[in-house]
Amino acid sequence: MAIRWGSYKVKNLYDELLRATGRPRPAAQVLCSYLRALKDTEIEEYKVAAESAIHVMGISFTVYTEEEGSIDRVWPFDIIPRIIDKREWLQVEAGLKQRVQALNLFINDLYHQQRIVKDGIFPAELLEDSKNFRPECVGVNPPYGIWAHICGSDLVRDKDGTFYVLEDNLRVPSGVSYMLENRQVMKRLFSEMFEQYNILPVDDYASQLYDTLAALSPRPGDQPEIVVLTPGIYNSAYFEHAYLAQQMGAELVEGSDLTVDKNNVVHMRTIEGLTRVDVIYRRVDDLFLDPEAFSPDSLLGVPGLMRAWKSGKVALANAPGAGVADDKVVYAFVPEIIKYYLDQDPILPNVPTYKCIDKQERQHVIEHIHEMVVKPANESGGYGMLIGPQASKEEREKFVRLIRRDPRNYVAQPMLTLSTAPTLIGNRVEPRHLDLRPFILSGEQISVTTGGLTRVALRKGSTVVNSSQGGGSKDTWIVDMEAT
Amino acid sequence: MLSRVANRIYWMARYLERAENTARLINVNTHLLLDLPKKVRLGWEPIVDITSHRDYFYNLYEEADERNVIRFMVSDMRNHGSILNSLHMARENTRTIRDIIPREVWEQVNTLHLTTKTNAKSVITQRHRYDYLRSVILGVQTISGMLAGTMTHNEGYDFLRMGRNLERADMTTRIIDVRSATLLPDMPEDLTPFENLQWVSVLKSLTAYQMYRREIRQRIRRADVLKFLLQEERFPRSFYHALCQVSTCLNNLPRNEKTLQMLTKLQTKLLQTKLQEFDQQKLHVFIDGLQLGVIRINNSISENYF
Repeated sequence: MAIRWGSYKVKNLYDELLRATGRPRPAAQVLCSYLRALKDTEIEEYKVAAESAIHVMGISFTVYTEEEGSIDRVWPFDIIPRIIDKREWLQVEAGLKQRVQALNLFINDLYHQQRIVKDGIFPAELLEDSKNFRPECVGVNPPYGIWAHICGSDLVRDKDGTFYVLEDNLRVPSGVSYMLENRQVMKRLFSEMFEQYNILPVDDYASQLYDTLAALSPRPGDQPEIVVLTPGIYNSAYFEHAYLAQQMGAELVEGSDLTVDKNNVVHMRTIEGLTRVDVIYRRVDDLFLDPEAFSPDSLLGVPGLMRAWKSGKVALANAPGAGVADDKVVYAFVPEIIKYYLDQDPILPNVPTYKCIDKQERQHVIEHIHEMVVKPANESGGYGMLIGPQASKEEREKFVRLIRRDPRNYVAQPMLTLSTAPTLIGNRVEPRHLDLRPFILSGEQISVTTGGLTRVALRKGSTVVNSSQGGGSKDTWIVDMEAT
Repeated sequence: MLSRVANRIYWMARYLERAENTARLINVNTHLLLDLPKKVRLGWEPIVDITSHRDYFYNLYEEADERNVIRFMVSDMRNHGSILNSLHMARENTRTIRDIIPREVWEQVNTLHLTTKTNAKSVITQRHRYDYLRSVILGVQTISGMLAGTMTHNEGYDFLRMGRNLERADMTTRIIDVRSATLLPDMPEDLTPFENLQWVSVLKSLTAYQMYRREIRQRIRRADVLKFLLQEERFPRSFYHALCQVSTCLNNLPRNEKTLQMLTKLQTKLLQTKLQEFDQQKLHVFIDGLQLGVIRINNSISENYF
């Protein structure tokens, strides 16, 4: 017997499958006994089967390095799933819907009357300095007043098991295809488990995404022409772009496939000539979207796209400028934003966040920097952050200087103890830290993926889960323990 | 269908076909050399000539011996036409149109590229060469079968078939051209039996031997072989057949008039030619004309659709 739960210790933190006593949580009981009964050779077989499935399915992400150019790497996958009880999940889901609804109201307000600024809730100077506020978008009315149609929010659990929102990704969040593919791999490998558990399916994401996008079409009634706009095969998420286009039956286009005519209508170049495009699910960042409006040397974009969008001849998802709410400083205000627009208390808590722009809070951060995680406002992918307790003295001092120089650009959070889950390392199980990224679709209605993408930090003790920095992923099972 | 996508499907098919043809070519040459008398130094150079890479080859290698030529043709990434490079390019093209072609086809292209790359060393030794090349041929055939069986036969499929058939037509002419020219130079009397052998190898390079025998029940003769490989309508690797396939595909596509006209002209010219009257020199000029025709059709498709 290879997996001995007896030697798996849960100390001072929350483990997704096991309690502190070492006994499995109710929802994990069946899985844990199943795993315990596996022989070493069987575990090895599962691992090999998973790896070859991933290889053959071509699940990969792209890493770009100066020396080697672009490389397609296989996305590391751990075969032990993470399990969440459906009852708990429903709470999380309600919290996410509430949060995204408020964020969309916030973005729409910022590009119109700016009531929240006038009412003194959100500081005007933050808006003025925001790198992601796009003056070009002021006064634009996207359908339903929705700007962030697709949102990926990162959740973590602290010691006591409470879920916190760590950040919201409102620009071009990625990862959903890995969530879908992980499930495909698990169904191939552990079909017995799927018979024994009531695992809620994740498959309908693509059709929900399609419906969300189709509802944005400026030509209602007709079958809309939807396209996915990708920066191309060297983008790290290219796999996902192709995958989603395929699943929706939409064209996967690059900037050079599209053209905007004098009447602000967008067309794509086809073998028949030009065909009108109604909705663009764009996976290209704002500043590269349109060389006429933004970065003039962008080769990824489509000249004239912004004027087409502003005149309502084409829908863009997410809308340009949605990233204004995806800033780590704005994040600190989300509880107030929810209260302001919805008059509700947040269902899902934020991680307590110190805003360095506030003098007192800044002082607190600087004094306690060895306990803090410091994040720049506009970086993603885990770059440019300081993890206080693990950093050297020099690194901490460097960050103190950075914060003093540009306080608006930094927020800090106390170091959480992220939850762990058993992960196969060699052929033993060891605890590894993880997070969860559910995806929220907003259109006529709001829907949330069942679970989301669980990312796991494969290095011992590490809490960095990003695929570019040694992260992997697990399948996430939302199980209904009441159904029989 | 997006122009860019049509372009990539077309090239995916061309590169796959190229990999398969190259594998067949090397396989047959290996066997042919075993059968020829030692004093006939046919060697490996013709293989390089078939792909018109002679100058480039001698930039990289000193001698056209077995080891060098095989490395050049199979695994040398500096050679655009090597099997590995063709599969690499096929994979890159497939990768960018994953949303268009059936997923299992992408998986197969990916696997084929991976295994061909991993096992590339085994092709050097004659003992493993056959299996290696056979796995390339089978791999490409599997992909063709999957595409035929699982991809909607829409415009995308038409571009795929056009790419495959133009590549095939091109390779057929190249093989005939080089193989007939380097035939035993002055043909002394005692080598005649081997001339026969060489025409058999031309047929075998194109997997045409068995079909030829069924169709033309006589001893192998130059004129018949040429007719079979260039003008036979029903044999899938003959030049004329490839043109007919392209024509069928073009008929399904919009804005096809100009290209179709060009194609019809080439077909007519081909069928009206009496091949048995050609000596080597004339044959060479004629084949040049066919190759030029293929290039023109390729260019016309590119300009019109991509």
